[in-house]
Amino acid sequence: MVSENAKRRTPRERDLSRLAGVVALLVGILLAAGLCAARPSSDHPVPNIFQPQSTPADSIDHLSRFVLSITGLIFLVVFTLLVYAVAKFRSKATDDTREPAQVYGSTQIELAWTIIPILIVVVLFAATARVIHGIQDAPKPPTAVEVTAIGHQFWWEFRYPGLGVVTANELHIPVSDPAHPTPTFLKLLSADTDHSFWIPQLAGKTDLIPNRVNEMWMDPHSTGIYIGQCAQYCGTQHAKMLLRVSVDSPADFQTWASSQKQPANQDEKEIAGRHVFENTACVNCHAVGGIGATGRFGPDLTHLMSRQTIASGAADNTHENLRLWIQNPDAIKPGSLMPAMQLGDADLDALVRYLETLR
Amino acid sequence: MSSDAIAIRTADASSEPWLETLHGWVTTVDHKRLGILYIVYALLFLVIGGIEATIIRIQLIFPHMSFVSPQVFNRLFTMHGTTMIFFVAMPILFGFANYFVPLMIGARDMAFPRLNAFSFWLTAFGGLLLYFSLVGGSGLYGAGSAPDVGWWAYAPLTSRAFSPGHSSDYWTISLLVSGFGSIGTAINLIATILSLRCPGMTLGRMPLFAWMNMVMSGMVLIALTPLSAAQIMLMVDRYLGGHFFDTQAGGSAAIWMHFFWIFGHPEVYILIIPCFAFVSEIVPVFSRKPIFGYPVMVGATVCIGFVSMSVWAHHMFTIGMNSYANSFFTITTMAVGVPTGIKIFNWLGTMWGGKLIFKTPMLFCVGFLFQFLIAGLTGIMLGAAPFDWQLGNSYFVVAHFHYVIVGGILFALFGAFYYWFPKITGRMMSESLGKLHFWLFLIGFHLTFDSMHIPGILGMPRRIYTYEPGRGWELWNLLCTIGTFVQGIAILIFVANLVISYFKGAKAGNDPWDAWTLEWSVSSPPPSYNFAVIPAVASRRPLWDCKHPEDTDSRYE
Amino acid sequence: MSAITNPMQQTSAAWTIPYRGTVGMACLIIAESAIFTIFVVAYLFYLGKSLSGPTPREVLETPIFFTVCLLSSSLTIHFASRFLEHGKRSAFLGLWLLTIVLGGLFLFGTGLEWHHLIYERGLTISTNLFGTTYYSLVGLHGFHVIVGLLMLTIVFIFAVAGRVGPEQSKRVEVLSMYWHFVDGVWVVVFTVVYVIGR
Repeated sequence: MVSENAKRRTPRERDLSRLAGVVALLVGILLAAGLCAARPSSDHPVPNIFQPQSTPADSIDHLSRFVLSITGLIFLVVFTLLVYAVAKFRSKATDDTREPAQVYGSTQIELAWTIIPILIVVVLFAATARVIHGIQDAPKPPTAVEVTAIGHQFWWEFRYPGLGVVTANELHIPVSDPAHPTPTFLKLLSADTDHSFWIPQLAGKTDLIPNRVNEMWMDPHSTGIYIGQCAQYCGTQHAKMLLRVSVDSPADFQTWASSQKQPANQDEKEIAGRHVFENTACVNCHAVGGIGATGRFGPDLTHLMSRQTIASGAADNTHENLRLWIQNPDAIKPGSLMPAMQLGDADLDALVRYLETLR
Repeated sequence: MSSDAIAIRTADASSEPWLETLHGWVTTVDHKRLGILYIVYALLFLVIGGIEATIIRIQLIFPHMSFVSPQVFNRLFTMHGTTMIFFVAMPILFGFANYFVPLMIGARDMAFPRLNAFSFWLTAFGGLLLYFSLVGGSGLYGAGSAPDVGWWAYAPLTSRAFSPGHSSDYWTISLLVSGFGSIGTAINLIATILSLRCPGMTLGRMPLFAWMNMVMSGMVLIALTPLSAAQIMLMVDRYLGGHFFDTQAGGSAAIWMHFFWIFGHPEVYILIIPCFAFVSEIVPVFSRKPIFGYPVMVGATVCIGFVSMSVWAHHMFTIGMNSYANSFFTITTMAVGVPTGIKIFNWLGTMWGGKLIFKTPMLFCVGFLFQFLIAGLTGIMLGAAPFDWQLGNSYFVVAHFHYVIVGGILFALFGAFYYWFPKITGRMMSESLGKLHFWLFLIGFHLTFDSMHIPGILGMPRRIYTYEPGRGWELWNLLCTIGTFVQGIAILIFVANLVISYFKGAKAGNDPWDAWTLEWSVSSPPPSYNFAVIPAVASRRPLWDCKHPEDTDSRYE
Repeated sequence: MSAITNPMQQTSAAWTIPYRGTVGMACLIIAESAIFTIFVVAYLFYLGKSLSGPTPREVLETPIFFTVCLLSSSLTIHFASRFLEHGKRSAFLGLWLLTIVLGGLFLFGTGLEWHHLIYERGLTISTNLFGTTYYSLVGLHGFHVIVGLLMLTIVFIFAVAGRVGPEQSKRVEVLSMYWHFVDGVWVVVFTVVYVIGR
């Protein structure tokens, strides 16, 4: 017996529920459009996980599409049933007041909708386990380039043990030809808290955790710039711990590595600036090869001018930004651990001119 | 003397001095009053947490905004998460459980009324302590104020070295205190359900609401204490020179993650299972059919309770566990989706062949079904470890869990409000305001949280106070923020509905929805003693049996 | 509304439900087991990982006597509870007091051991990972013993004042459940710290 409180459904309410279905459909289309809309540009590519450029990212992309198609199918089936139920079984004004058949359950149906999901899970798991092993247990070929990445609050230190190179924030790695693979294998460490290395187009992310050694690898298929950023909250300036990976041709990579191995450029014109660097607190944190500055708390500056950005991507590497960064880091990256150096204008200008010789 | 839970404005109530009324509420041990206290407390924090979210979204509406500083932003997202989980969701669900479990099982009160009150005040104090950090958090060098370490407070970010001052201590202690309150309520619920059921109400005849709150309470017992343990360890590190999470002394940052997520994952099931309870009570009534497959619903819930204890490290897929560990947690995560999915089918099966009445409670439940389905599926996606290596810790995850919490939990809660408000206050909520609330909130919700999936796919990590232009994230963040305001308006309409209906709603009577569980057999609001005579039941739907003596449920069960 | 009860007054079978105190205490024990499990896991995980400082083998001496004290207090409380059920108040009182004494002895023993470790062996909570995990685990257990002793003492005081009789035996039984749990935890802690850990 339906209580008197049950209102008759008006045509307007029917229309409203149809509107809901339309809204849901539109939203779905929006989502799909958004996925397709991201187009990479050469200078600032969109770090889209569905535009992989390296084997780990490729395998994840394939797996993701497989998982998405299965879950998409499940969604369509259940959603259709839901919409059908809502439309077909709503109580109508013309209904009699008897209660519908009181059905308590059905063993066959319930068995079916238990077994089928279990089978789906088994299939999904099998596909996933293959990819997990494929990526994590991949052997390291002897031609691999080895990089040690050390996470700091709020910058990246990169060391190439085999090449004797130390740099910061912008990673250069060679493109990997499938015929003669030269993948890059990274060892991930941390000097302070947890960080995470994420370049979506090249690989899934892996965390950098203090007192723990993690490993990951990537073998980019084409040259270019790939961007990402720290993906594990690490403190105030987590947001500006950006990553820039330059995938170079083998020749370009060799050129870059050889120049990075050199000690600092000694330009006698800017000796005043160099003295400012050596006599203030700069040397406590920053290393510059060949002049006896061996600080490790901050980035190595030996080849500072070979980088496009400073402050781990927070600003472009220009004269004005460099000067501003030293004078007042909070203007660019408030809360970073670079102190304001409290230099007079003359010293500051000399220092910046000196730094600009560190190519 | 006003012994009712809420007196509808009678002459007696207005003549009582307000101080006495206040005293009555502060010293109450009545489960109904405590339930209301929990709910009102949670609603206040819902508004606060919502304001925090709105500020976050304003900061992220465009790249390089400086609406708030990075320090304030980091405190905002920490407080937003901590508030919403511990001081909105937990209390409000305990509030509904407190109010309705005794009524549904034919009891006069909870098993331990004084423990009940003590647990509420512990939880309440915890929330106040957390927000006191805004004032009292300044420690050494003025560093501090509200905690800014994220709601998971990963080590070693929380060590003295990286979190000087007392802000992290406020996070730790306020949750420790309210955690004990939660454990107290869980003990109370289980003891009530096991020991105070009315005659004839075997465990197989309890409403699903009772079953699910019992499973939830069991999970609270096992899952909340690991967090307490970890927090004690953190305090030992911070104040006694301990090294539990001190990586310089050989300690492990990962072990905090394990301990936290051994709590943290079951916690989200603790939050959703009572919402399953709401839906399992509301959908049958508005489909005019019993719940489809009661035994399987119970079994699936218990199954979820157990399996969810084994999935925690899917929050840690990126920390560098070996492939066997990652595979293990993938399969358990996918496995827990099976009993969860089954429930969706059972609710569908309940609706199938029924006579669906789309009053506001049912609208919210249908919204819940739709959104919980999607959220569950994105959860399965994230459960595939390699997929998580890309999407973990990105806005895709933020979208996923807000889909569950807002699209699932909050929708079910709204449904529960509209359904049980008449019982608690004796008045009906406005249907037209309710429908307006529903549609507006639906649109705002989808605008925000559908859009939010995309920046994650395009590489946007979470917990960043600003982002770079040119990565394809701008449009989606803009849509997200716009949706926030739409949701805000809907919430205001909801609050207005609550207030207006309390004073001017139509009188509800005992049983406005023609429902079948015991709470609808007493007056609205119920008398302080709940039942004049403790009822005896013979089936799962005692009121159905009353109303249909020719065709009682007890014949078929 | 009495209509609800009319068609259903037919509970022919006896309606038995568990005592809420027992259920409540069982729940508390489950929660406490979880907290101890985490501390035990941390202890086991960090075994052998201290970078410096004393190791378990070097400084730990197995507290056999005091363990026997604590475990026998489980026996005494069990029989005290039985005696109370059967109305033998003085036997109950005596055994209850003995339980408290044995528990107190155990605490004293822990105190002795810690004094020795801190002042003679240089092991504190901040010395190394072993120190941190050891004092936390044993200390957490000791804290639960203290709370238990406090409760036992309160009951003892009420008993001396003549207020504890067979009618209270269910409640006393609930408290003794807690005490058994504390002893059970010690069995685990003892095994982990003094047997496995060394």
